[in-house]
Amino acid sequence: MSLQTFINKAISPWMQEEGPDHDIVLSTRIRLARNFTNVPFPVRAEAEKLKQVSNWIKEHFDKQSFSSYQELDYISMEGLQSLQKKALVEKHLISPYLVEREKESGVLLSKNEQLSIMINEEDHIRLQLYFPGLQLEAGLEEAFKLDDWLEDKIDYAFDEQRGYLTSCPTNVGTGLRASVMMHLPALTLTRKIGKMIPAINQLGLVVRGIYGEGSEAVGNIYQISNQVTLGRSESDIIEDLHSVVEKLIERERYARKVLVEQSELRLEDRVFRSYGVLKYSRIIESKEAAKCLSDLRLGIDVGYIKHLSTSILNELMVLTQPAFLQQYAQQALTAQQRDIKRATIIRERLGLEKS
Amino acid sequence: MECQKCQKRQATLHLTNYINGQKTEIHVCQQCALENGYIDSEDESSYSIQDLLSGLFNFNSSFAPQAEPSQVLEKEDKCSSCNLSYHEFVKTGKFGCSHCYESFGKHLNPIFKRVHSGNMAHTGKIPKRQHDRLQQKRYINDYREQMKQLIDAEKFEEAAVVRDKIKEIEQKHASSIRKEEGE
Ligand SMILES: [Zn+2]
Ligand SMILES: [Zn+2]
Repeated sequence: MSLQTFINKAISPWMQEEGPDHDIVLSTRIRLARNFTNVPFPVRAEAEKLKQVSNWIKEHFDKQSFSSYQELDYISMEGLQSLQKKALVEKHLISPYLVEREKESGVLLSKNEQLSIMINEEDHIRLQLYFPGLQLEAGLEEAFKLDDWLEDKIDYAFDEQRGYLTSCPTNVGTGLRASVMMHLPALTLTRKIGKMIPAINQLGLVVRGIYGEGSEAVGNIYQISNQVTLGRSESDIIEDLHSVVEKLIERERYARKVLVEQSELRLEDRVFRSYGVLKYSRIIESKEAAKCLSDLRLGIDVGYIKHLSTSILNELMVLTQPAFLQQYAQQALTAQQRDIKRATIIRERLGLEKS
Repeated sequence: MECQKCQKRQATLHLTNYINGQKTEIHVCQQCALENGYIDSEDESSYSIQDLLSGLFNFNSSFAPQAEPSQVLEKEDKCSSCNLSYHEFVKTGKFGCSHCYESFGKHLNPIFKRVHSGNMAHTGKIPKRQHDRLQQKRYINDYREQMKQLIDAEKFEEAAVVRDKIKEIEQKHASSIRKEEGE
């Protein structure tokens, strides 16, 4: 398979579009947790009951289309090989927990991979929608429409006082988790982000780094999401998150400007060194790759590098994850082999850009 | 900022927690947060509910001796529908079914308050098909309250008017149920 074909398969179409504020916001995700009434939650339900849930979903929604979400396809976890499952996780289309559960779990995926509905995860239904760039309001509107469409055929567990009932008390009420993925290299470099995070937490929002083995914000990519789901309306939650994200965008842009003005050649040097590493290295670990990709993307955004497309960071962050490297190689790889494959794929991907 | 637990990696999670009524801020790396149960691996943005619940036990025993006996946590309480015990709920931090919310009702307000910044009641979306019925219920509750006040004020004629309004809504509701069942 050629790299271009592989990229087209590996990268969801929506990821290649440029959304609002795409210089900083990579993507927006809206998630709603829902359950069938009168069926115990997946942690406690017998396999037979969960089968009823997955059968109901298959019967009513498999091969259906709704609005721009065409040809929903029900994929059962039991029917997938472990690398395929891992690749879906690396694309964030399913959670690692769904893979762990196995029992009657699956996902309903739209053809454009913008909509994924996990079945029998922690809750019976976890509806997720992805959008490029910052699109919280539009995203919520879409999610509500889809929720109504599902609810036409499903009796949801709902309580007047507590709202949508979920397996975990942290999701009850709206069942809403809205998150925004942001690339914040300048706020990280200038160590401003550490000071901003506690203030953001005070508003009931959580900031965390994503990617990598779970330590720091690898690739300077952060996820901001709401924590409170009860006692606030969905639009209030979204509004709070939106205003914080706007503030972060403003600060990041300012920090970039100051960096460019004050660091003279040092920032440019850092960017081009990273570009060199990506372009010529033969062995590269995921952490170094992420750091260099972040530098490269910053270099593109501030105008040092003009001939590369901005989608390179999003694409290569996904493509250089372990399961994708192995899918591309079409065989299992050791950690060392992966580092070699990673370097190759990055060189090839950069080679696809006209210079 | 470096992680308070391992003092090696950078702190990427900054959590506020309330233990024994004391606000504490924790700055940790994700790995330590996972290891110490501050966050769930599957749900990225919540702190460990177990942690919150165990904190709650401390809170109840040391700071609320005046709590009524009925509010003291009875570990043997069970959900009438899925048979999950309250003890198991605290241990796993997950409800077994939607009826658990009723079964453990009396214990839940402090938990929700803690997890959701003091909130206990839903104010967001209502399922479309339940919308009309819930809306009617809200009207009826308002009218009942109004009627009570009018009776207290001995304005019986006005109270009768309100009572008729309640009847009207209830009849409409009953006929719409018959229609649904007839389908
Ligand atoms: Zn640590
Ligand atoms: Zn139960």
